[in-house]
Amino acid sequence: MAGLAAAFGSGAMTNPISDIEKADVILVIGSNTTENHPVLSTYVKRAVTKKGAKLIVADPRKIDLTQFATHWLRHTLGTDVALINGMMNVIIEENLYDKDYVESRTEGFKELKEMVKTYSPEHVEDITGVPAKQLVEAARLYAGAKAGSILYAMGITQHITGTDNVKSLANLAMLCGNIGIEGGGVNPLRGQNNVQGACDMGGLPNVYSGYQKVDDPAVRERMIKAWSLKDLPDRPGIPVTEMMELAYDGKMKAMYIIGENPMLSDPDLSHVKKSLKNLDLLVVQDIFLTETAQLADVVLPSASFAEKDGTFTNTERRVQRVRKAVSSPGDAKDDWKIICNLADKMGYPMKYGNPRDIFREISEVTPSYSGITYERIEHEGIYWPCPTKDHPGTPVLHKEQFSRGLGLFHAVEYLPPAELPDKKYPLFLTTGRVLYQYHTGTMTMKSDGLNQLAPECFVEISKKDAEVYHIEDNDMLKIISRRGKIKARAKISERAKQGMVFIPFHYVRAAANKLTNTALDPVAKIPEYKVCAIKIEKAA
Amino acid sequence: MDTENIIIINGLKCSFSKNETILETALRNGIKIPSLCYLSNTVSTGKCKICLVEIEGEDELVLSCQTVSQHGMVVKTDTPRIAAARRARLEELISSGHHNCLVQEMDINSWTDFQRDAMAPDIHRTLCPAYGECRLQDLAIQYRARPVKAAKITAPPVEDVNPFIVRDFSRCILCGRCVKACNEVQVNRVINFNESESKVITKDDLPLKDSNCVFCGECVQVCPVGALVSKRDFEIHTKPNTTKKIRTTCSYCGVGCQIYIHVKDNQIVKVTGVDNFGPNRGSLCVKGRFGFDFVQHPARLTTPLIRKGKKLKEATWDEAIDYIANKLGYLKDKYGPDSIGVLTSARITNEENYLAQKFARAVIGTNNIDHCARL
Ligand code: SF4
Ligand code: SF4
Ligand code: SF4
Repeated sequence: MAGLAAAFGSGAMTNPISDIEKADVILVIGSNTTENHPVLSTYVKRAVTKKGAKLIVADPRKIDLTQFATHWLRHTLGTDVALINGMMNVIIEENLYDKDYVESRTEGFKELKEMVKTYSPEHVEDITGVPAKQLVEAARLYAGAKAGSILYAMGITQHITGTDNVKSLANLAMLCGNIGIEGGGVNPLRGQNNVQGACDMGGLPNVYSGYQKVDDPAVRERMIKAWSLKDLPDRPGIPVTEMMELAYDGKMKAMYIIGENPMLSDPDLSHVKKSLKNLDLLVVQDIFLTETAQLADVVLPSASFAEKDGTFTNTERRVQRVRKAVSSPGDAKDDWKIICNLADKMGYPMKYGNPRDIFREISEVTPSYSGITYERIEHEGIYWPCPTKDHPGTPVLHKEQFSRGLGLFHAVEYLPPAELPDKKYPLFLTTGRVLYQYHTGTMTMKSDGLNQLAPECFVEISKKDAEVYHIEDNDMLKIISRRGKIKARAKISERAKQGMVFIPFHYVRAAANKLTNTALDPVAKIPEYKVCAIKIEKAA
Repeated sequence: MDTENIIIINGLKCSFSKNETILETALRNGIKIPSLCYLSNTVSTGKCKICLVEIEGEDELVLSCQTVSQHGMVVKTDTPRIAAARRARLEELISSGHHNCLVQEMDINSWTDFQRDAMAPDIHRTLCPAYGECRLQDLAIQYRARPVKAAKITAPPVEDVNPFIVRDFSRCILCGRCVKACNEVQVNRVINFNESESKVITKDDLPLKDSNCVFCGECVQVCPVGALVSKRDFEIHTKPNTTKKIRTTCSYCGVGCQIYIHVKDNQIVKVTGVDNFGPNRGSLCVKGRFGFDFVQHPARLTTPLIRKGKKLKEATWDEAIDYIANKLGYLKDKYGPDSIGVLTSARITNEENYLAQKFARAVIGTNNIDHCARL
């Protein structure tokens, strides 16, 4: 979410989910919303069918939302920046942008204007494959909106240019005055249920809770006092991808992994396995013996969400209650209790009676959560920032001004993906999820019903490509990249674009991430899951 | 209050907004009008014909869900005449299908809660699985409606060839709520009435599993009777009032839908959406509604494990915590705190994430804390 933070000063969804029904134009890009955020997609579909909003879908795959779209821009994988620059080119050329807004609330427009000049619709057609005429129409449509909402997800961020992609979307939204208004915004849809909360709480190498920088001396002083310490480390730590690298080189000695399964979610799995095996100590705390836990030196059984009290923060920054419904099996314990026990043992007592006590401490040290209490969110969650006990919360960000003051345009040029198809590996591969499974499947694959509906991995391939390779539906295929190979059955589908296949990444036995590229976005450190080059062969 | 926008319901002055129906005006003003087919935020079908009201100066009773509020209207929602009409309509509905919830045989005047509980047998094959949670049953009891004729059941048999939803057409009262939910709320556009409006069907009347149904279960949640039930509910029949509902947040995607977990004897029996509150206003998807088996799955970890050679062996909490504390302490001393990394999680709570980073920073002394979800 670094791209948004750079442009606006805050990296979260700018508008609440319910605002989608207030938009008159919605641009969905890099999000297969009906499968990944199903209930949120109902807002998009109702906006179109009941409120008369117009929908623009930009996606190489023919996702379900295209049925509701006025314009479906089927751009080539990894060409998002070119596409958006093209739209801005039209909007600026045709004088359709919001001049007052650009003048009074933003900076950097001159550079942007200069840069997008080269992205004529015709040139963009060459890069993206989207017909110039269609691009022009979509640009006009978005620019003409009273309130235009942009929704995006991993299809935008999981690229080496992920941060650039996001900055481009921020550019487009600011250009048309769509930030800080009801029904507008640039809205990243978070894939996992409490990613927003994990970030808000400081589960990041460079910030404490509430995005307070670890290298800001004043902040550090405050945290040292709040936590009754003598000292705190003053340099930012390293992100997970670099931890894995260091572990691989033997420089990282121990990892304590809570509720994550990098053995299936990381790019380039064989590398991850070697890294984890190299550690002197691997502790895994989870509810199942995941692929990662199987490599651990110590496994700690934890409680599932249904067995504990606490809060989650959803993708729209709404802090909501989690409540205990059933008791945990056997000796499984709440994660917070385990951490407290371990801290006690290591000589730093953490004494909390219950999650409510912890939350009180969170509100004390986290400005954006200061006004939130369990009592206030008993019935309905509150949107942060909520600085005081009588503050109603902030559904729409950047209303009067941006978190950073003026919104900043970034002139970002299009860069191709790190790996492009070539003679040897002639096809694009993109990865993602299916409706009936979730992430690495540790939860969904315990449901017979869900497994029945999405039993195994598949390769979604276009009819044309299937013809080229003489593939029939359900044929077993070998999919090979420079990093590994897997086997999966062909699913010939009109969803797939010619020259590109799609594989869901949920399945252990055919882990798509054995194929994907570890090339990282230099800022966000997110790997390029969404594009790599592969070849396919019929399995014997 | 805008004086041009006032109607009087049961003697109460109520304001209304343009194009609002009497039913909606009443609901918004806290006056309940019973209905079996009304579904908020959708266009009313007027099919159940229970929401009858009297308007002063009009001879006929009108359907409040089909009549727009107009300035100066004087409306009554509960008169003997209305009650009689509602009862007649309820009797028609109970007689229209397989509504064997004993309302039919008993002298309802003598029912107590205790008797209702006792009457619910443990095996429900003969009894409706919605027993105790059925709006039709509730209203039949309230209005003392009895069947007028033995039900002629011509509906096709129960459809249960999918993992999640049981459709029992013999109990369908054709209210159309499921159709509204599927088309106007979820906008999945899977089910609709057939041409003669005598059955709710998918395209070509295929079973749900062969249609483009995405098993969001919105239709199940809104069905007022036992015509659509979740399979688990169907299998583990629960007596009314023996389950408790706990409100919490779905643990799958970032939408954070508000859910009720229904629990009986520490077993999760079903999950439903919390109506009227954001972000989901009652809606859920297949994972949130039906994907809860993992919570009580036999493969759950129940004890700490410590590696002994190639194998992970069961250990006590004390052993496990001691082991980790010693080893982390040793590595920290020998290689420095930055040789240790902590990965926290998008699956655990805010409180736990907060403690995880506090642990890394305050206890280990490193900022090497991250989570995989950026991945
Ligand atoms: S489960 Fe959902 S998609 Fe399927 S019929 Fe019901 S409402 Fe429609
Ligand atoms: S299945 Fe239920 S909701 Fe649908 S029409 Fe029949 S009674 Fe109404
Ligand atoms: S019910 Fe579905 S849409 Fe809602 S939070 Fe859960 S997974 Fe997401």
